[in-house]
Amino acid sequence: MPTPRTATDDQPLVGVLALQGDVHEHLVVLDRVGARARRVRRTEHLDGLDGIILPGGESTTIGKLLHRFGMLDPLRFAVAGGLPAFGTCAGMILLSDELDQSEPQHLVGGLGVRTRRNAFGRQVDSFDTAVDVAGIDGGPMDASFIRAPKVVEVLDEAVEVLATVDDDPVVVRQGPVMASAFHPEVTGDDRLHTLFVSGIRSGRPAS
Amino acid sequence: MTTSDQHDATGTTRVKRGMADMLKGGVIMDVVDAEQAVIAEEAGAVAVMALERVPADIRRDGGVARMSDPDMIDGIIEAVSIPVMAKARIGHFVEAQVLESLGVDYVDESEVLTPADEAHHIDKWAFEVPFVCGATNIGEALRRLGEGAAMIRSKGEAGTGNVVEATRHMRSITGSIRRLATMDEAELYGAAKDFRAPVDLVREVAASGRLPVVLFTAGGIATPADAAMMMQLGADGVFVGSGIFKSGNPEERARAIVEATTNYDDPAVVAKVSRGLGEAMVGINLDDLSDDQRFAGRGW
Repeated sequence: MPTPRTATDDQPLVGVLALQGDVHEHLVVLDRVGARARRVRRTEHLDGLDGIILPGGESTTIGKLLHRFGMLDPLRFAVAGGLPAFGTCAGMILLSDELDQSEPQHLVGGLGVRTRRNAFGRQVDSFDTAVDVAGIDGGPMDASFIRAPKVVEVLDEAVEVLATVDDDPVVVRQGPVMASAFHPEVTGDDRLHTLFVSGIRSGRPAS
Repeated sequence: MTTSDQHDATGTTRVKRGMADMLKGGVIMDVVDAEQAVIAEEAGAVAVMALERVPADIRRDGGVARMSDPDMIDGIIEAVSIPVMAKARIGHFVEAQVLESLGVDYVDESEVLTPADEAHHIDKWAFEVPFVCGATNIGEALRRLGEGAAMIRSKGEAGTGNVVEATRHMRSITGSIRRLATMDEAELYGAAKDFRAPVDLVREVAASGRLPVVLFTAGGIATPADAAMMMQLGADGVFVGSGIFKSGNPEERARAIVEATTNYDDPAVVAKVSRGLGEAMVGINLDDLSDDQRFAGRGW
Protein backbone atom coordinates (compact mmCIF):
# COMPACT_ATOMS: atom_id res chain seq x y z
CA MET A 1 0.00 0.00 0.00
CA PRO A 2 1.29 3.48 -0.77
CA THR A 3 2.59 5.41 2.18
CA PRO A 4 0.83 8.74 2.68
CA ARG A 5 3.26 11.60 2.37
CA THR A 6 3.71 14.14 5.10
CA ALA A 7 5.10 17.63 4.89
CA THR A 8 8.16 16.63 6.91
CA ASP A 9 8.97 13.59 4.79
CA ASP A 10 12.44 14.12 3.39
CA GLN A 11 12.57 10.74 1.66
CA PRO A 12 10.09 11.16 -1.16
CA LEU A 13 8.76 8.08 -2.94
CA VAL A 14 9.85 8.23 -6.57
CA GLY A 15 8.64 5.73 -9.15
CA VAL A 16 10.72 4.52 -12.08
CA LEU A 17 8.64 3.45 -15.06
CA ALA A 18 9.79 -0.16 -15.41
CA LEU A 19 8.36 -1.44 -18.69
CA GLN A 20 11.72 -1.46 -20.50
CA GLY A 21 15.06 0.32 -20.37
CA ASP A 22 17.76 1.21 -17.86
CA VAL A 23 15.44 1.08 -14.85
CA HIS A 24 18.01 -0.40 -12.49
CA GLU A 25 20.46 2.47 -13.01
CA HIS A 26 17.83 5.03 -11.99
CA LEU A 27 16.83 3.00 -8.91
CA VAL A 28 20.48 2.97 -7.79
CA VAL A 29 20.84 6.75 -8.23
CA LEU A 30 17.58 7.42 -6.38
CA ASP A 31 18.89 5.42 -3.45
CA ARG A 32 22.14 7.41 -3.49
CA VAL A 33 20.32 10.76 -3.46
CA GLY A 34 18.12 9.75 -0.54
CA ALA A 35 14.78 8.98 -2.17
CA ARG A 36 12.70 5.85 -1.79
CA ALA A 37 12.24 4.14 -5.15
CA ARG A 38 9.52 1.97 -6.62
CA ARG A 39 9.33 0.14 -9.93
CA VAL A 40 6.18 1.18 -11.79
CA ARG A 41 4.85 -1.56 -14.03
CA ARG A 42 1.11 -1.30 -13.46
CA THR A 43 -1.33 1.57 -13.04
CA GLU A 44 -1.77 0.92 -9.32
CA HIS A 45 1.96 1.47 -8.81
CA LEU A 46 1.32 5.16 -9.52
CA ASP A 47 -0.69 5.50 -6.30
CA GLY A 48 1.06 7.54 -3.65
CA LEU A 49 4.08 8.54 -5.71
CA ASP A 50 5.76 11.89 -5.06
CA GLY A 51 7.45 11.84 -8.45
CA ILE A 52 8.24 9.59 -11.39
CA ILE A 53 11.24 8.95 -13.61
CA LEU A 54 10.89 7.82 -17.23
CA PRO A 55 14.15 6.01 -17.96
CA GLY A 56 16.29 5.57 -21.01
CA GLY A 57 15.22 2.81 -23.35
CA GLU A 58 13.39 2.49 -26.62
CA SER A 59 10.64 5.12 -26.64
CA THR A 60 8.46 3.33 -29.21
CA THR A 61 8.51 0.14 -27.13
CA ILE A 62 7.77 1.91 -23.85
CA GLY A 63 4.95 3.91 -25.48
CA LYS A 64 3.36 0.79 -26.95
CA LEU A 65 3.54 -1.07 -23.64
CA LEU A 66 2.04 1.92 -21.79
CA HIS A 67 -0.81 1.85 -24.27
CA ARG A 68 -1.35 -1.92 -24.21
CA PHE A 69 -1.27 -2.16 -20.44
CA GLY A 70 -3.76 0.72 -20.04
CA MET A 71 -1.22 2.94 -18.28
CA LEU A 72 -0.90 5.71 -20.84
CA ASP A 73 -3.92 7.77 -19.77
CA PRO A 74 -3.37 7.34 -16.02
CA LEU A 75 0.24 8.47 -16.41
CA ARG A 76 -0.80 11.39 -18.65
CA PHE A 77 -3.37 12.51 -16.09
CA ALA A 78 -0.88 12.17 -13.25
CA VAL A 79 1.77 14.27 -14.99
CA ALA A 80 -0.81 16.80 -16.25
CA GLY A 81 -2.12 16.96 -12.69
CA GLY A 82 1.26 18.03 -11.34
CA LEU A 83 3.13 14.80 -10.52
CA PRO A 84 6.80 15.77 -10.78
CA ALA A 85 8.39 13.86 -13.66
CA PHE A 86 11.94 13.48 -14.94
CA GLY A 87 12.72 11.81 -18.26
CA THR A 88 16.11 10.83 -19.67
CA CYS A 89 16.61 10.18 -23.40
CA ALA A 90 13.60 7.97 -24.25
CA GLY A 91 11.97 9.57 -21.19
CA MET A 92 12.50 13.01 -22.73
CA ILE A 93 10.82 11.81 -25.91
CA LEU A 94 7.83 10.42 -23.99
CA LEU A 95 7.41 13.62 -21.95
CA SER A 96 7.41 15.82 -25.08
CA ASP A 97 4.12 17.22 -26.33
CA GLU A 98 5.17 16.74 -29.96
CA LEU A 99 7.69 14.79 -32.00
CA ASP A 100 9.45 15.96 -35.14
CA GLN A 101 8.35 12.98 -37.25
CA SER A 102 5.39 11.93 -39.36
CA GLU A 103 4.92 8.48 -37.79
CA PRO A 104 2.49 8.59 -34.85
CA GLN A 105 3.87 7.53 -31.49
CA HIS A 106 2.32 7.19 -28.02
CA LEU A 107 3.43 10.08 -25.78
CA VAL A 108 2.80 11.06 -22.18
CA GLY A 109 3.45 14.77 -22.76
CA GLY A 110 3.94 17.49 -20.18
CA LEU A 111 6.74 19.45 -21.82
CA GLY A 112 5.74 22.02 -24.40
CA VAL A 113 8.49 21.09 -26.83
CA ARG A 114 8.90 19.42 -30.19
CA THR A 115 11.60 16.76 -29.96
CA ARG A 116 13.50 14.88 -32.64
CA ARG A 117 14.48 11.29 -31.99
CA ASN A 118 18.03 10.11 -32.80
CA ALA A 119 18.82 13.74 -33.50
CA PHE A 120 22.60 13.33 -33.29
CA GLY A 121 22.70 10.33 -35.61
CA ARG A 122 23.00 6.59 -35.21
CA GLN A 123 24.95 4.66 -32.56
CA VAL A 124 28.36 5.29 -34.17
CA ASP A 125 27.64 9.01 -33.56
CA SER A 126 26.82 8.50 -29.85
CA PHE A 127 29.23 10.51 -27.70
CA ASP A 128 30.41 11.52 -24.24
CA THR A 129 30.85 15.17 -23.42
CA ALA A 130 30.67 17.79 -20.69
CA VAL A 131 27.52 19.92 -20.47
CA ASP A 132 26.94 23.08 -18.44
CA VAL A 133 23.48 22.93 -16.86
CA ALA A 134 21.85 26.06 -15.46
CA GLY A 135 21.17 25.64 -11.77
CA ILE A 136 23.76 22.85 -11.37
CA ASP A 137 26.80 23.94 -9.37
CA GLY A 138 30.24 22.38 -9.44
CA GLY A 139 31.12 22.54 -13.11
CA PRO A 140 29.78 20.90 -16.24
CA MET A 141 28.00 17.56 -16.04
CA ASP A 142 29.58 14.38 -17.34
CA ALA A 143 27.10 13.39 -20.06
CA SER A 144 26.58 10.35 -22.31
CA PHE A 145 24.46 10.95 -25.42
CA ILE A 146 23.34 7.57 -26.78
CA ARG A 147 21.24 7.74 -29.97
CA ALA A 148 20.03 10.82 -28.17
CA PRO A 149 17.12 13.13 -28.98
CA LYS A 150 17.13 16.91 -28.84
CA VAL A 151 14.53 19.61 -28.66
CA VAL A 152 14.09 21.27 -32.04
CA GLU A 153 11.40 23.75 -31.01
CA VAL A 154 10.12 25.18 -27.76
CA LEU A 155 6.33 25.45 -28.06
CA ASP A 156 5.45 26.87 -24.65
CA GLU A 157 7.00 29.98 -23.16
CA ALA A 158 6.91 28.34 -19.73
CA VAL A 159 9.65 25.95 -20.85
CA GLU A 160 13.10 26.75 -19.44
CA VAL A 161 16.14 25.61 -21.39
CA LEU A 162 18.76 24.54 -18.84
CA ALA A 163 21.43 23.22 -21.20
CA THR A 164 22.27 23.12 -24.89
CA VAL A 165 24.56 21.24 -27.28
CA ASP A 166 25.17 22.86 -30.66
CA ASP A 167 22.71 25.55 -29.47
CA ASP A 168 19.92 22.95 -29.32
CA PRO A 169 18.20 22.35 -25.96
CA VAL A 170 19.22 19.10 -24.26
CA VAL A 171 17.94 19.77 -20.73
CA VAL A 172 14.53 21.42 -20.36
CA ARG A 173 12.06 22.04 -17.55
CA GLN A 174 8.48 23.17 -17.39
CA GLY A 175 7.17 23.48 -13.85
CA PRO A 176 7.64 20.11 -12.15
CA VAL A 177 8.48 18.27 -15.39
CA MET A 178 12.12 17.99 -16.41
CA ALA A 179 14.00 16.07 -19.10
CA SER A 180 17.53 15.49 -20.34
CA ALA A 181 18.60 14.13 -23.72
CA PHE A 182 21.62 12.45 -22.11
CA HIS A 183 21.85 9.73 -19.46
CA PRO A 184 22.92 11.03 -16.04
CA GLU A 185 22.03 7.58 -14.66
CA VAL A 186 24.96 5.87 -16.42
CA THR A 187 27.72 8.34 -15.56
CA GLY A 188 27.67 8.49 -11.76
CA ASP A 189 26.97 12.24 -11.94
CA ASP A 190 23.88 12.43 -9.71
CA ARG A 191 23.31 16.18 -9.74
CA LEU A 192 20.24 16.23 -12.02
CA HIS A 193 18.58 13.53 -9.89
CA THR A 194 19.46 15.57 -6.80
CA LEU A 195 17.88 18.63 -8.39
CA PHE A 196 14.75 16.65 -9.24
CA VAL A 197 14.40 15.12 -5.77
CA SER A 198 15.08 18.42 -4.00
CA GLY A 199 12.36 20.00 -6.12
CA ILE A 200 9.96 17.31 -4.89
CA ARG A 201 11.06 17.84 -1.30
CA SER A 202 10.40 21.55 -1.46
CA GLY A 203 7.00 20.81 -2.97
CA ARG A 204 7.45 23.22 -5.81
CA PRO A 205 9.14 23.24 -9.18
CA ALA A 206 12.81 22.35 -8.86
CA SER A 207 14.99 25.42 -8.71
CA MET B 1 32.07 24.99 -26.70
CA THR B 2 32.02 24.30 -30.40
CA THR B 3 30.19 21.48 -32.06
CA SER B 4 33.25 19.43 -32.89
CA ASP B 5 34.60 19.70 -29.34
CA GLN B 6 31.40 18.35 -27.94
CA HIS B 7 31.18 15.32 -30.23
CA ASP B 8 34.78 14.21 -30.03
CA ALA B 9 34.35 11.28 -27.69
CA THR B 10 32.50 8.83 -29.93
CA GLY B 11 32.86 5.05 -29.72
CA THR B 12 33.75 5.11 -26.02
CA THR B 13 33.27 2.02 -23.88
CA ARG B 14 30.61 3.93 -21.99
CA VAL B 15 28.45 4.73 -25.01
CA LYS B 16 28.93 1.20 -26.34
CA ARG B 17 27.89 -0.50 -23.10
CA GLY B 18 25.32 2.21 -22.39
CA MET B 19 23.58 1.50 -25.70
CA ALA B 20 23.01 -2.08 -24.51
CA ASP B 21 21.70 -0.79 -21.15
CA MET B 22 18.92 0.97 -23.04
CA LEU B 23 17.80 -2.36 -24.55
CA LYS B 24 17.26 -4.04 -21.18
CA GLY B 25 13.90 -5.63 -20.56
CA GLY B 26 13.34 -5.76 -24.30
CA VAL B 27 13.14 -8.21 -27.17
CA ILE B 28 15.45 -8.09 -30.21
CA MET B 29 14.03 -9.87 -33.23
CA ASP B 30 15.78 -11.53 -36.19
CA VAL B 31 14.54 -10.14 -39.51
CA VAL B 32 15.59 -10.86 -43.08
CA ASP B 33 13.90 -7.93 -44.83
CA ALA B 34 12.26 -4.54 -44.28
CA GLU B 35 8.76 -6.01 -44.15
CA GLN B 36 9.66 -8.25 -41.21
CA ALA B 37 11.46 -5.33 -39.54
CA VAL B 38 8.28 -3.25 -39.63
CA ILE B 39 6.29 -6.13 -38.10
CA ALA B 40 8.89 -6.42 -35.35
CA GLU B 41 8.83 -2.68 -34.62
CA GLU B 42 5.03 -2.66 -34.53
CA ALA B 43 5.10 -5.54 -32.05
CA GLY B 44 7.30 -3.52 -29.70
CA ALA B 45 10.79 -4.89 -30.41
CA VAL B 46 13.57 -2.72 -28.94
CA ALA B 47 15.80 -3.51 -31.92
CA VAL B 48 15.95 -5.75 -34.96
CA MET B 49 18.77 -8.06 -36.03
CA ALA B 50 19.39 -8.21 -39.78
CA LEU B 51 20.64 -11.47 -41.21
CA GLU B 52 20.57 -13.26 -44.53
CA ARG B 53 18.42 -16.18 -43.42
CA VAL B 54 16.92 -17.03 -40.04
CA PRO B 55 18.80 -19.83 -38.26
CA ALA B 56 16.11 -22.45 -38.99
CA ASP B 57 16.58 -21.83 -42.73
CA ILE B 58 20.37 -21.88 -42.40
CA ARG B 59 19.99 -25.34 -40.83
CA ARG B 60 17.62 -26.51 -43.55
CA ASP B 61 19.51 -25.11 -46.53
CA GLY B 62 23.09 -25.65 -45.39
CA GLY B 63 25.89 -23.92 -47.29
CA VAL B 64 27.87 -20.91 -46.09
CA ALA B 65 25.87 -18.32 -44.16
CA ARG B 66 27.18 -14.75 -44.43
CA MET B 67 26.47 -11.11 -43.65
CA SER B 68 23.28 -9.75 -45.28
CA ASP B 69 23.28 -7.91 -48.58
CA PRO B 70 24.00 -4.19 -47.88
CA ASP B 71 20.89 -3.25 -49.90
CA MET B 72 18.79 -5.33 -47.55
CA ILE B 73 20.38 -3.69 -44.50
CA ASP B 74 19.86 -0.21 -45.98
CA GLY B 75 16.22 -1.10 -46.57
CA ILE B 76 15.78 -2.21 -42.96
CA ILE B 77 17.51 0.92 -41.61
CA GLU B 78 15.21 3.01 -43.81
CA ALA B 79 12.07 1.16 -42.72
CA VAL B 80 12.32 1.39 -38.91
CA SER B 81 13.28 3.96 -36.30
CA ILE B 82 14.45 1.46 -33.67
CA PRO B 83 18.10 0.33 -33.54
CA VAL B 84 19.27 -2.04 -36.26
CA MET B 85 21.80 -4.75 -35.47
CA ALA B 86 23.39 -7.05 -38.03
CA LYS B 87 25.39 -10.26 -37.95
CA ALA B 88 28.96 -10.72 -39.12
CA ARG B 89 30.78 -14.05 -39.27
CA ILE B 90 33.12 -14.91 -36.39
CA GLY B 91 36.52 -13.43 -37.20
CA HIS B 92 35.30 -11.67 -40.36
CA PHE B 93 36.47 -8.17 -39.51
CA VAL B 94 35.77 -6.87 -43.02
CA GLU B 95 32.10 -7.82 -42.80
CA ALA B 96 32.13 -5.88 -39.52
CA GLN B 97 33.80 -2.89 -41.22
CA VAL B 98 31.12 -2.97 -43.90
CA LEU B 99 28.33 -3.12 -41.32
CA GLU B 100 29.87 -0.20 -39.43
CA SER B 101 30.05 1.84 -42.63
CA LEU B 102 26.38 1.12 -43.33
CA GLY B 103 25.49 2.66 -39.97
CA VAL B 104 24.20 -0.38 -38.12
CA ASP B 105 23.88 0.29 -34.39
CA TYR B 106 25.34 -2.99 -33.12
CA VAL B 107 27.27 -5.85 -34.75
CA ASP B 108 26.63 -9.43 -33.66
CA GLU B 109 29.76 -11.54 -34.21
CA SER B 110 27.67 -14.63 -34.53
CA GLU B 111 28.17 -18.38 -34.48
CA VAL B 112 24.90 -18.69 -36.44
CA LEU B 113 26.84 -17.63 -39.54
CA THR B 114 29.68 -19.78 -40.85
CA PRO B 115 32.92 -18.84 -39.02
CA ALA B 116 35.51 -17.05 -41.18
CA ASP B 117 38.47 -17.60 -38.83
CA GLU B 118 39.03 -20.74 -36.79
CA ALA B 119 41.44 -19.17 -34.32
CA HIS B 120 40.65 -15.48 -33.91
CA HIS B 121 37.61 -13.45 -33.08
CA ILE B 122 37.37 -9.87 -34.35
CA ASP B 123 39.43 -7.24 -32.47
CA LYS B 124 36.37 -5.30 -31.39
CA TRP B 125 38.32 -2.47 -29.73
CA ALA B 126 39.26 -1.33 -33.24
CA PHE B 127 35.66 -0.29 -33.99
CA GLU B 128 33.39 2.62 -33.06
CA VAL B 129 30.33 0.43 -33.49
CA PRO B 130 29.66 -1.81 -30.46
CA PHE B 131 29.61 -5.61 -30.63
CA VAL B 132 27.49 -8.30 -29.02
CA CYS B 133 28.95 -11.81 -28.84
CA GLY B 134 27.62 -15.21 -27.85
CA ALA B 135 28.90 -17.21 -24.88
CA THR B 136 28.17 -20.64 -23.48
CA ASN B 137 29.96 -20.02 -20.17
CA ILE B 138 31.66 -17.32 -18.10
CA GLY B 139 35.11 -17.91 -19.57
CA GLU B 140 33.87 -17.43 -23.10
CA ALA B 141 31.94 -14.31 -22.04
CA LEU B 142 35.02 -12.75 -20.43
CA ARG B 143 37.25 -13.62 -23.39
CA ARG B 144 34.81 -11.79 -25.65
CA LEU B 145 34.81 -8.80 -23.27
CA GLY B 146 38.61 -8.88 -23.34
CA GLU B 147 38.40 -8.53 -27.13
CA GLY B 148 36.11 -5.52 -26.75
CA ALA B 149 32.54 -6.87 -26.83
CA ALA B 150 30.10 -4.44 -25.17
CA MET B 151 27.22 -6.88 -24.69
CA ILE B 152 26.98 -10.66 -24.17
CA ARG B 153 24.24 -13.10 -25.08
CA SER B 154 23.93 -16.75 -24.33
CA LYS B 155 24.39 -18.85 -27.46
CA GLY B 156 21.65 -21.40 -27.01
CA GLU B 157 21.16 -23.57 -30.07
CA ALA B 158 19.74 -21.19 -32.67
CA GLY B 159 17.12 -22.31 -35.14
CA THR B 160 15.88 -25.26 -33.11
CA GLY B 161 12.97 -23.75 -31.20
CA ASN B 162 14.41 -25.70 -28.26
CA VAL B 163 15.36 -23.66 -25.24
CA VAL B 164 17.40 -26.31 -23.43
CA GLU B 165 20.82 -25.03 -24.52
CA ALA B 166 19.99 -21.41 -23.69
CA THR B 167 18.96 -22.62 -20.24
CA ARG B 168 22.26 -24.46 -19.84
CA HIS B 169 24.27 -21.40 -20.88
CA MET B 170 22.34 -18.96 -18.71
CA ARG B 171 22.64 -21.23 -15.68
CA SER B 172 26.32 -21.78 -16.34
CA ILE B 173 27.10 -18.06 -16.63
CA THR B 174 25.01 -16.87 -13.67
CA GLY B 175 26.12 -19.83 -11.52
CA SER B 176 29.79 -19.07 -12.19
CA ILE B 177 29.25 -15.42 -11.30
CA ARG B 178 27.74 -16.44 -7.94
CA ARG B 179 30.67 -18.77 -7.23
CA LEU B 180 33.23 -16.10 -8.16
CA ALA B 181 31.62 -13.73 -5.69
CA THR B 182 32.51 -16.10 -2.83
CA MET B 183 36.19 -16.59 -3.76
CA ASP B 184 39.23 -15.03 -2.14
CA GLU B 185 42.03 -13.36 -4.11
CA ALA B 186 44.15 -16.50 -4.50
CA GLU B 187 41.17 -18.50 -5.71
CA LEU B 188 40.39 -15.83 -8.31
CA TYR B 189 43.76 -16.43 -10.01
CA GLY B 190 42.92 -20.12 -10.19
CA ALA B 191 39.47 -19.32 -11.56
CA ALA B 192 40.95 -17.05 -14.23
CA LYS B 193 43.22 -19.92 -15.28
CA ASP B 194 40.39 -22.44 -15.32
CA PHE B 195 38.11 -20.09 -17.23
CA ARG B 196 40.93 -19.02 -19.59
CA ALA B 197 39.78 -15.46 -18.92
CA PRO B 198 41.62 -12.18 -18.16
CA VAL B 199 42.21 -11.98 -14.41
CA ASP B 200 41.23 -8.30 -14.23
CA LEU B 201 37.79 -9.12 -15.62
CA VAL B 202 37.46 -12.11 -13.28
CA ARG B 203 38.21 -9.82 -10.33
CA GLU B 204 35.73 -7.22 -11.56
CA VAL B 205 32.94 -9.81 -11.85
CA ALA B 206 33.77 -11.26 -8.44
CA ALA B 207 33.64 -7.83 -6.80
CA SER B 208 30.43 -6.63 -8.45
CA GLY B 209 28.59 -9.96 -8.62
CA ARG B 210 27.61 -9.35 -12.22
CA LEU B 211 29.05 -9.02 -15.70
CA PRO B 212 30.23 -5.48 -16.46
CA VAL B 213 27.95 -5.52 -19.51
CA VAL B 214 24.37 -6.43 -20.30
CA LEU B 215 23.62 -10.16 -20.58
CA PHE B 216 20.85 -11.15 -23.00
CA THR B 217 19.73 -14.64 -23.87
CA ALA B 218 19.42 -16.17 -27.32
CA GLY B 219 18.97 -19.45 -29.09
CA GLY B 220 15.79 -21.50 -29.26
CA ILE B 221 13.33 -19.08 -27.65
CA ALA B 222 9.96 -19.81 -29.27
CA THR B 223 7.21 -18.98 -26.77
CA PRO B 224 6.29 -16.23 -24.29
CA ALA B 225 6.99 -18.69 -21.47
CA ASP B 226 10.47 -19.39 -22.87
CA ALA B 227 11.23 -15.67 -22.80
CA ALA B 228 9.87 -15.23 -19.27
CA MET B 229 11.88 -18.23 -18.04
CA MET B 230 15.12 -16.75 -19.42
CA MET B 231 14.34 -13.45 -17.68
CA GLN B 232 13.76 -15.28 -14.40
CA LEU B 233 17.09 -17.05 -14.92
CA GLY B 234 18.76 -13.64 -14.92
CA ALA B 235 18.76 -12.47 -18.53
CA ASP B 236 18.53 -8.70 -19.07
CA GLY B 237 16.57 -9.23 -22.28
CA VAL B 238 15.86 -11.66 -25.09
CA PHE B 239 16.89 -12.29 -28.68
CA VAL B 240 14.31 -14.20 -30.71
CA GLY B 241 15.36 -15.62 -34.03
CA SER B 242 13.41 -18.18 -35.99
CA GLY B 243 10.78 -18.42 -33.23
CA ILE B 244 8.74 -15.51 -34.58
CA PHE B 245 8.82 -15.63 -38.35
CA LYS B 246 8.77 -19.45 -38.47
CA SER B 247 5.57 -19.55 -36.41
CA GLY B 248 1.95 -19.56 -37.56
CA ASN B 249 1.18 -15.96 -36.56
CA PRO B 250 4.31 -13.77 -36.38
CA GLU B 251 2.52 -10.51 -35.46
CA GLU B 252 0.70 -11.97 -32.48
CA ARG B 253 3.61 -14.09 -31.30
CA ALA B 254 6.06 -11.20 -31.50
CA ARG B 255 3.76 -9.02 -29.44
CA ALA B 256 3.12 -11.80 -26.91
CA ILE B 257 6.85 -12.40 -26.40
CA VAL B 258 7.39 -8.66 -25.83
CA GLU B 259 4.63 -8.52 -23.21
CA ALA B 260 5.83 -11.70 -21.49
CA THR B 261 9.37 -10.32 -21.31
CA THR B 262 8.18 -7.16 -19.56
CA ASN B 263 5.99 -9.16 -17.15
CA TYR B 264 8.30 -12.14 -16.78
CA ASP B 265 7.52 -12.54 -13.08
CA ASP B 266 3.73 -12.36 -13.49
CA PRO B 267 2.42 -15.79 -14.56
CA ALA B 268 -1.10 -14.44 -15.10
CA VAL B 269 0.17 -12.08 -17.81
CA VAL B 270 2.35 -14.79 -19.38
CA ALA B 271 -0.71 -17.08 -19.43
CA LYS B 272 -2.90 -14.39 -20.97
CA VAL B 273 -0.51 -13.54 -23.78
CA SER B 274 0.16 -17.24 -24.49
CA ARG B 275 -3.46 -17.86 -25.54
CA GLY B 276 -4.47 -18.32 -29.16
CA LEU B 277 -1.07 -17.76 -30.72
CA GLY B 278 -1.46 -20.56 -33.23
CA GLU B 279 1.39 -22.90 -34.01
CA ALA B 280 4.83 -22.35 -32.55
CA MET B 281 7.75 -23.28 -34.77
CA VAL B 282 8.05 -27.04 -34.94
CA GLY B 283 11.37 -27.30 -33.18
CA ILE B 284 14.19 -29.80 -33.17
CA ASN B 285 15.18 -32.23 -30.46
CA LEU B 286 18.86 -31.54 -29.75
CA ASP B 287 19.59 -35.28 -29.64
CA ASP B 288 18.77 -35.35 -33.35
CA LEU B 289 21.60 -32.93 -34.18
CA SER B 290 25.08 -34.23 -34.93
CA ASP B 291 28.04 -32.28 -33.54
CA ASP B 292 28.71 -30.56 -36.85
CA GLN B 293 25.11 -29.35 -36.92
CA ARG B 294 25.50 -27.57 -33.58
CA PHE B 295 26.18 -23.84 -33.76
CA ALA B 296 26.98 -23.28 -30.08
CA GLY B 297 30.34 -25.04 -30.41
CA ARG B 298 31.52 -22.43 -32.93
CA GLY B 299 33.81 -19.83 -31.37
CA TRP B 300 36.22 -20.52 -28.55
